[in-house]
Amino acid sequence: MAQLPAYLADVQREIERHGREYGLDFWDVEFEILDYKKMQEVAAFGGFPVRYPHWRFGMEFEHLTKSHVYGLSKIYEMVINNNPAYAYLLEGNSLVDQKMVMAHVLGHVDFFKNNYFFSKTNRRMIDGMANHATRVRRHIERLGIEKVEAFIDSCLCLENLIDPMSPFIARKAPVERDRDKVKAAEEKAPEIPRIRAKSYMDKFINPPDYLEEQKRKMERERDRPKKNPLEPERDVLMFLLQNAPLEPWERDILEIVRDEAYYFAPQRQTKILNEGWAAYWHSRIMTERALKVSEIIDYADHNAGVLATAPGQFNPYKIGIELLRDIEERWDKGRFGREWNECQNLDQRRAWDKRLGLGRKKIFEVRKLYNDVTFIDEFFTADFCERNRFFSFSLNDRSGNYEIDSREFEKIKHKMLFSLTNFGDPFIFVEDSNHDNRGELLMRHRHEGTDLQIDHARATLTSLVRIWRRPVNLLTVVEGKQKLFRFDGKEQVEKSIGN
Amino acid sequence: MALRIDPDHRRFRDIVRGKIKQDLRKYISQGELIGRKGKDLVSIPLPQINWPRFRFGSKDRGGIGQGPGDVGDSLGKGDPNADGPGKAGDQAGEHALEVELSLEELAQIMGEELQLPRIEPKGKQRIIAQKDKYVGIRRAGPESLRHFKRTFRQALRRQIMTGQYDPERPMIVPVREDRRYRSWRTTPMPQSNAVMIFIMDVSGSMGDEQKEIVRIESFWIDAWLRSQYKGLESRYIIHDAVAKEVDRDTFFRTRESGGTMISSAYKLCAKMIDDDFPPSEWNIYPFHFSDGDNWSVDDTVQCVELLKTQILPKVNLFCYGQVESPYGSGQFIKDLNENFDEDDSLVVSEIKGKDAIMESIRDFLGKGK
Repeated sequence: MAQLPAYLADVQREIERHGREYGLDFWDVEFEILDYKKMQEVAAFGGFPVRYPHWRFGMEFEHLTKSHVYGLSKIYEMVINNNPAYAYLLEGNSLVDQKMVMAHVLGHVDFFKNNYFFSKTNRRMIDGMANHATRVRRHIERLGIEKVEAFIDSCLCLENLIDPMSPFIARKAPVERDRDKVKAAEEKAPEIPRIRAKSYMDKFINPPDYLEEQKRKMERERDRPKKNPLEPERDVLMFLLQNAPLEPWERDILEIVRDEAYYFAPQRQTKILNEGWAAYWHSRIMTERALKVSEIIDYADHNAGVLATAPGQFNPYKIGIELLRDIEERWDKGRFGREWNECQNLDQRRAWDKRLGLGRKKIFEVRKLYNDVTFIDEFFTADFCERNRFFSFSLNDRSGNYEIDSREFEKIKHKMLFSLTNFGDPFIFVEDSNHDNRGELLMRHRHEGTDLQIDHARATLTSLVRIWRRPVNLLTVVEGKQKLFRFDGKEQVEKSIGN
Repeated sequence: MALRIDPDHRRFRDIVRGKIKQDLRKYISQGELIGRKGKDLVSIPLPQINWPRFRFGSKDRGGIGQGPGDVGDSLGKGDPNADGPGKAGDQAGEHALEVELSLEELAQIMGEELQLPRIEPKGKQRIIAQKDKYVGIRRAGPESLRHFKRTFRQALRRQIMTGQYDPERPMIVPVREDRRYRSWRTTPMPQSNAVMIFIMDVSGSMGDEQKEIVRIESFWIDAWLRSQYKGLESRYIIHDAVAKEVDRDTFFRTRESGGTMISSAYKLCAKMIDDDFPPSEWNIYPFHFSDGDNWSVDDTVQCVELLKTQILPKVNLFCYGQVESPYGSGQFIKDLNENFDEDDSLVVSEIKGKDAIMESIRDFLGKGK
């Protein structure tokens, strides 16, 4: 790890001073300078210096390398949610670029530290990832790459079957302890209810064979298998970890995949807000404080690149920063609340300014409490939508072209929220682990209007069978009809159900 | 500089090339990046594997965008295989994509796909087909390969980390997790003692284009196989009505013209084998390129005879490549097919043009035959 050269260390101190004065609250940031090749490697590893061996990092690397070689993209900044935060600077970037990156990174680190959805992530993940790598490498050394990698592949197919909100649920006591309690209860022989009677009458009032029968009945009741899970479980990976018959090494790998999925989940949940926040701050710090006159043109040029939107594309940096600025302006001018909402007079609305100056406070609140879904849901207004000329587009089957299909606010917002909800993935639950009383797994897709991609669903079932080692069923809806897909390890079966 | 990610990248390439994990192949999509080279758009191939997961079907695909335009305006072609709407609107209305594969990449792929078929260990020094080499350290292995120093070091490290190490009474007790073993890799060493004999028809009926094709093809076969097999020898024969042996340089440069008597070349080839490369010690691979326009039927009969008695029994594989030519009859390949249809030590390939060179090389040297 190279020490940051003195002039950059000075720049860092300066930028951090500005950041603090603006009220940003961040951890220490360790900047490291990488050459472009190394940068691509780290980027392919998701920002970490080491990951466990897997081909998909190689795929990512190839993608990044090719687009770099052909001048299509350049990685400007990368920062890891870790305390202290690690961030990377590209060797050979101009000073104004490095400044901008540093300011941008500060925004991210402030966000990591303070946003509620990050509060449960592992802040020593840089070690966590290295440990994962060691563990997987150890398994590979013992079992061979083919076997381990094939299992990782299976786990990755299920990677999205997590419940991003689950770290925030106050859990019932862990299963282990539950079992202990049950055991203790068992040892205390179950009490059989009897009617109080004088001792000489007891034999008649509580006849022994009746008591015996009651006892048997209670035992039967107790031994009757309980449905597992009691409630449909969205954290499928957790359920498999606890219930699937896995070898120790398989359990270890599934655990690693799940850990990492949860670590990255908040970043996926807050893409727009996080990027918007960082862009907002780099642009404030740069334009108000850190820029020298001679740097303005370069800065404007690169900033424009970051915030550019190609037609038909969606740039999280841009919508994030614009929405934040909009919020700041609205709260500065008091354009919120009932009075504002009910005001229909356009002139009045245009001139509306109550000089509240609450903007800064509001956006800090937003960065603390919101994720993309709630952010868009609450602050993406019809005004904003129209002013920034949003549209929704879809594929026209006849022409094979993407076409603008609407500029209606409701439709745009709905589409946007839909694509953000659960990262645009379907909701899949474990319904029953003893389906048909045969130890089969029953999964249910909560259908909300969009069908699953069937070939992928089928292939995912194979991965599930690999882990569950018994047939797996999936309930879903295809073209309005209830269907059950079942894979037993050999054969894919599809059944229509009910209506 | 070696990168940590190199093994991952290699593995990905192997999957894409179908060397490992066939089951993943069906999820490979041939994506592309659109780049610019001067005024042209170039397509940069970008294979991607979208591993299966529960996801929404592709209907209703679309998204949100920003910018001017009216309802119904087109944003560009939809790509039926694209993953999500990200690509929409990219460079609408421009075409003329060209596929680009770097030479380096091509050579690599070719190198992996080619081999000398039916090669056998021959020669005085028994040829080692595989070589084990100690390349590193791992945690599992047989006790006989335990690396004492590394094991000891690991134990020391662990004890220092856990605070069990006492410098006053240094006592190091390795536990099971500390043990380190030498690990080895088995590298197949390609067999040596093989010779390639390149024979080219340089008669008048072979136009410049034909000769160029032959040269390109033989150049690549020569270059690739040399890089793959150690101790590979090559010899060069050119012929019109008479055949003569030439050096490599001449072979790739010479211009001749005249009639065609293929038998002359075969005679020389047979003689060369008898004089210099006894089949008991050499793997022999003649490559003959011609436009298939032999001087006379009699000569062809003689060629067949020569092949049958003198050449085929001694060589591992005889490759005949026929270049299409506007003048020649192209009869020779038919004659060969007629006479040697059953014999798999003779491979023929028709080379229709420059584009077919790759295919032809594969015909000759493709793996798995």
